[in-house]
Amino acid sequence: MDPRRFERVSETEWRLPPQGAMRVPAVLYASEALVRDMDDKVLEQMSHVAALPGIVRASYAMPDAHWGYGFPIGGVAAFDAEQGGVVSAGGVGFDISCGVRMLHTGLRREPVEAAARPLAEALYRAVPAGVGSTGALHLGAKEMDAMLAEGARWAVQRGHGEPSDLDRIEEGGAMAGARPECVSEQARRRQQDQVGTLGSGNHYLEVQRVAQIHDEDTARAFGLSLDAVVVSIHCGSRGLGHQIGTDYLRRMTLEAPRHGLQVPDRELACAPLRSATGEEYLGAMRAAMNCALANRQVLTEIVRRVFAQVLPAARLPLLYDVSHNTCKEETHLVDGSRRRLFVHRKGATRAFGPGHPDVPDVYRKHGQPVIIGGSMGSSSFVLAGTSQGEERSFGSACHGAGRSMSRNEATRRFDGRAVVAELAARGILIRSPSLRGVAEEAPPAYKDSAAVVEAAEQAGLARRVARVEPMVCIKG
Amino acid sequence: MSSSAPASRWEHFHHGADIGVRGLGPTLAAAFEQAGLALTAVVTEPARVAPKEPVELACESADPELLLVDFLNALVYEMATRRLLFGRFEVRLDAGRLAARAWGEPVDVARHEPAVEVKGATLTALRVARQADGLWLAQCVVDV
Repeated sequence: MDPRRFERVSETEWRLPPQGAMRVPAVLYASEALVRDMDDKVLEQMSHVAALPGIVRASYAMPDAHWGYGFPIGGVAAFDAEQGGVVSAGGVGFDISCGVRMLHTGLRREPVEAAARPLAEALYRAVPAGVGSTGALHLGAKEMDAMLAEGARWAVQRGHGEPSDLDRIEEGGAMAGARPECVSEQARRRQQDQVGTLGSGNHYLEVQRVAQIHDEDTARAFGLSLDAVVVSIHCGSRGLGHQIGTDYLRRMTLEAPRHGLQVPDRELACAPLRSATGEEYLGAMRAAMNCALANRQVLTEIVRRVFAQVLPAARLPLLYDVSHNTCKEETHLVDGSRRRLFVHRKGATRAFGPGHPDVPDVYRKHGQPVIIGGSMGSSSFVLAGTSQGEERSFGSACHGAGRSMSRNEATRRFDGRAVVAELAARGILIRSPSLRGVAEEAPPAYKDSAAVVEAAEQAGLARRVARVEPMVCIKG
Repeated sequence: MSSSAPASRWEHFHHGADIGVRGLGPTLAAAFEQAGLALTAVVTEPARVAPKEPVELACESADPELLLVDFLNALVYEMATRRLLFGRFEVRLDAGRLAARAWGEPVDVARHEPAVEVKGATLTALRVARQADGLWLAQCVVDV
């Protein structure tokens, strides 16, 4: 994308003033190099979002923005229900509440390296991953309703984890306002055997070591030190979330004219927040958020059981759990007044700053942990939310790197077996049911996550705390 | 990636994060059938899938583009809940009604090496139309 299409506000802030149907400006946070690398579609989609009713302040895009479905991936947009604001199924995405959770292990690098092979084998056997995989749980109608209403709390109540886990999850592990009755029978059927499964694509479970500390004080508060070993789980709401996205995208598309919503492209399908469709979508989406939180909780307990067998000295409390495909009702300060807004974050992570009441007590002084997953075999980062993030992006930051190469091109250029061997030579063990999947996720098929988090820090969205490097990766 | 037959064929096209599926054929129904193969090809090579078990599908939409999305989403749903892959399709279209039969077999991880699950068909780059060369085209981006 040509940076000259924007007004440059600073090194990392690019602004397109309202024009045509736009009600607010479009604001992109990125370095010049990242902007040049982006698809023109990002600007087009940001401008379209800026034209939606009830949008507040600006249509934002994060440093890892790329072409999405109506909304850009890496897009942040807040809507006021009292001003005709809308909710968009495409603005949340199909993988509702996809996110990353990080666990401590209490172990240092050396003993984990010594046991890396048996650990990789044991995790690969225990964690259901890839196309067609099923979990150990089968949910009947009643348990499905309970899971959809209570999220990770449901899982903990049934023995998958500790009550103390819940303090380290957004929303205390259970998203309020979920309405299981708004979730279709098809969505339930897709999920009934999928709780506690990793999925496929860019989803993974990684054992990682802390390779660099950027901010000693905050790292200490987060329990991170050089060479400490952590575990990251990247996955979402599985088939249930995908089906809810499908169901409501269709319904919003068909109903848009009835709501008087004129959108430049049907893929921007949305519904007024104050409409039956809008309210039912919010209820179903929150149920899907709970599904994602429950899923990551059940997987956490599987990981703990594996470590208990292979490395019994390990203890695996949560560092934190973030979601990056959501729409949440939040209070924000806009032009000096506090307003309730519905903030869409599509491929963007909530990043509340120091002192925010939604940040757990133990982290409040430092800001919310923001976990940025890398691609398979590349660096991941832990960041912390900033005070400026509130006015810059409604307290939001990036979520990952984004692809630089299509899946087909990656399959043409890389051989799965060679990718596994190459990473093994670098001390990174990959276990996956699909070599083609490994080829599609080869590290060069993704952009550099380091450049993305550096830009996020320069733009004041979040600050870097630590960089972690993979040791073992279970790929879906 | 694409199939080789000239009249009826499928292709994938580029999308930033995901993948576009495109079917081309002498009739609209043939283009839909090819789009079904393109969908399977996101997961595995269609030629590796033995068309053993038939599954019946039906959808309805006055808008042919939404009908394509509905058809692909019906396939995604059947793939997910029956844990099947489909290797052959027969589509009949009549005034906004689609009736289809898809033949496939259960996912065999070792043989199919399934690369990725499809989450759903999107309205992005969605197009159903007759091209200048007379062939019908049916395409959209799918989220993986």
